[in-house]
Amino acid sequence: MTGGILSSVFYRILATIPVIGFVALFVFLLLRLTPGDPALLIGGDMATGEDLERIRASLGLDRPIWSQFLLWSERVMAGDLGRSVFSGEQVTTLIAQRLEPTIALALTVVVFSVMTAVPLGVAAAWYAGSIIDRLLSVFAVLAFSVPVFLIGYFLIYEFSVKTELFPVHGYRALSEGIGPFLHHLVLPAVSLGLVYVALLARMTRSTMLEVLDQDYIRTARAKGLSGARVLFVHALRNAGGPIITTIGVGLTLLLGGVVVTESVFAIPGLGRLVVDSMLQRDYPVIQGTILFFSVLYLMINLAIDIGYVLLDPRIRK
Amino acid sequence: MTGAVQNTHLFDVQRKRPRLRRYFRWAVPSCAALVLLITAVLTLLSGCIAPFDPLEMHPLDRFMHPSEHYLLGTDNFGRDTFSRILHGGRVSLSVAFLVAIATSLLGIFLGVMAGYVRWLDGVLMRIMDGLMAIPGILLAIALMTVMEASLLTVVFAITITEIPRMTRLARAATLGVRNMLYIEAAVTVGTRFFPLLWRHILPNIAAPLLVQATFVAASAILLEAYLGFLGAGIPPEVPSWGNMIAQGRTFVQVSFGLVLYPSLLLAAVVLSINVLGDFLRDVLDPRMTGRK
Repeated sequence: MTGGILSSVFYRILATIPVIGFVALFVFLLLRLTPGDPALLIGGDMATGEDLERIRASLGLDRPIWSQFLLWSERVMAGDLGRSVFSGEQVTTLIAQRLEPTIALALTVVVFSVMTAVPLGVAAAWYAGSIIDRLLSVFAVLAFSVPVFLIGYFLIYEFSVKTELFPVHGYRALSEGIGPFLHHLVLPAVSLGLVYVALLARMTRSTMLEVLDQDYIRTARAKGLSGARVLFVHALRNAGGPIITTIGVGLTLLLGGVVVTESVFAIPGLGRLVVDSMLQRDYPVIQGTILFFSVLYLMINLAIDIGYVLLDPRIRK
Repeated sequence: MTGAVQNTHLFDVQRKRPRLRRYFRWAVPSCAALVLLITAVLTLLSGCIAPFDPLEMHPLDRFMHPSEHYLLGTDNFGRDTFSRILHGGRVSLSVAFLVAIATSLLGIFLGVMAGYVRWLDGVLMRIMDGLMAIPGILLAIALMTVMEASLLTVVFAITITEIPRMTRLARAATLGVRNMLYIEAAVTVGTRFFPLLWRHILPNIAAPLLVQATFVAASAILLEAYLGFLGAGIPPEVPSWGNMIAQGRTFVQVSFGLVLYPSLLLAAVVLSINVLGDFLRDVLDPRMTGRK
């Protein structure tokens, strides 16, 4: 039995490696495809042809492209993402500085969404076809259609400019106290979270409908269990898997939305870092941040997959 | 399995309020189609209809409120917001249309190949997994930084971010039909590879892909606006909705309308496309109702 668990955990780790490899290759090629010669940038106008050759050799630019890729991958795996063209700082340092606001925002959104979307989805499935169900589907279509910045600016206008309930923008670190920290996160989390709530609630609803149609639910009802017990103990537990998977898969949507939300609310997180670097054409920073986001996403989903294998005996193959 | 539960519920409701249900079923998509039609006609004819040149500045009339003269007011250069919105619609609608076409062509081709040619499957799908691991907006931003900003490069960047989902869907649909008896029969009588794909596989997987194409169009409009908003879209001097919102957001506290009007219209168009997509899905395949 344990052998089965180990081998399927191993298989999942193995399956993630080529995907990470492709992301790395893509991100690497992105920098190589950028116009301009890095050696010329470093050498400046006064550099002679020989100087340029030397700089290229020191950067490894004279080698074939696959060898450059291997060299770069080695450095990345050692935790070296290069330096910012502008500030000269290590990209890893820049990412570390900007990490807290982004993680705080993303986590708040996930917690807020799970707490609202799961009950909503369960209610919509239990009372399928009812007014709750309809309202949910109307809300979902709306949330998928309204751009994040419209919700954001609307909330700012209503709750910051007009009534001054919440700050217009900015971020307070957790170290400055939990009160101001949460106070600054409410509006960004709500504007970013609505799409995520819609996604999760829809998924919860359709999974619950599927589960409620199973034989074991009929059995549970037939033996006279109360509705709530059937719903939460028997149905929700079995629907948990797909819901958690959606939380994981939806992270790309969330992390993408973070970029826009941080711009709307002037939060100094990773999303702002990408946008600022893009405006300055600071390629190493863009490259490093995208690689970081993607690997983070893949790792979280790998963890969810492995969690399944450990908890759900049906998936062990 | 899902269908059973849902259909009984729907059936109950239908029995109770048949007329109202049927009315709503058609009324909402009809409104959506009307919104799209009007927007399309207005933006296509923006050259004739717009009261002002979208780039014409009126330095004395900056930040004007909506009035008879300037229907939706003016921006920080005194440019007419209404005219700019009409012209900007061209960009959004072209992006939606072009991205939907390009994504469908490439995504369906790749997906059918992955679903039918087994040795291609592993490689292609790992690449798609890789592309899907990069958040869409970041992927589009990254592609835009290495290309000259223009309508076509924006379309290209958004297409790349949309292709994986289309490919996955086309692959799954192909896997669903590839073992059907009629495919086997076609192979047995010696149908060649491409005629087989074109005549036997494609028509049988077309419905969900068509629905997906509408969702791609909606999401393309949003992504174009996000790119414009972040300064990574088409050149800022072009009046697109995304660019207008990006420029207006500096003045949110002076004139909320600069952000509000273009985003409202944007939301209305995206909403209409999504509603039509849902409708199309219900009509083409009742089993898919309620899923996404």
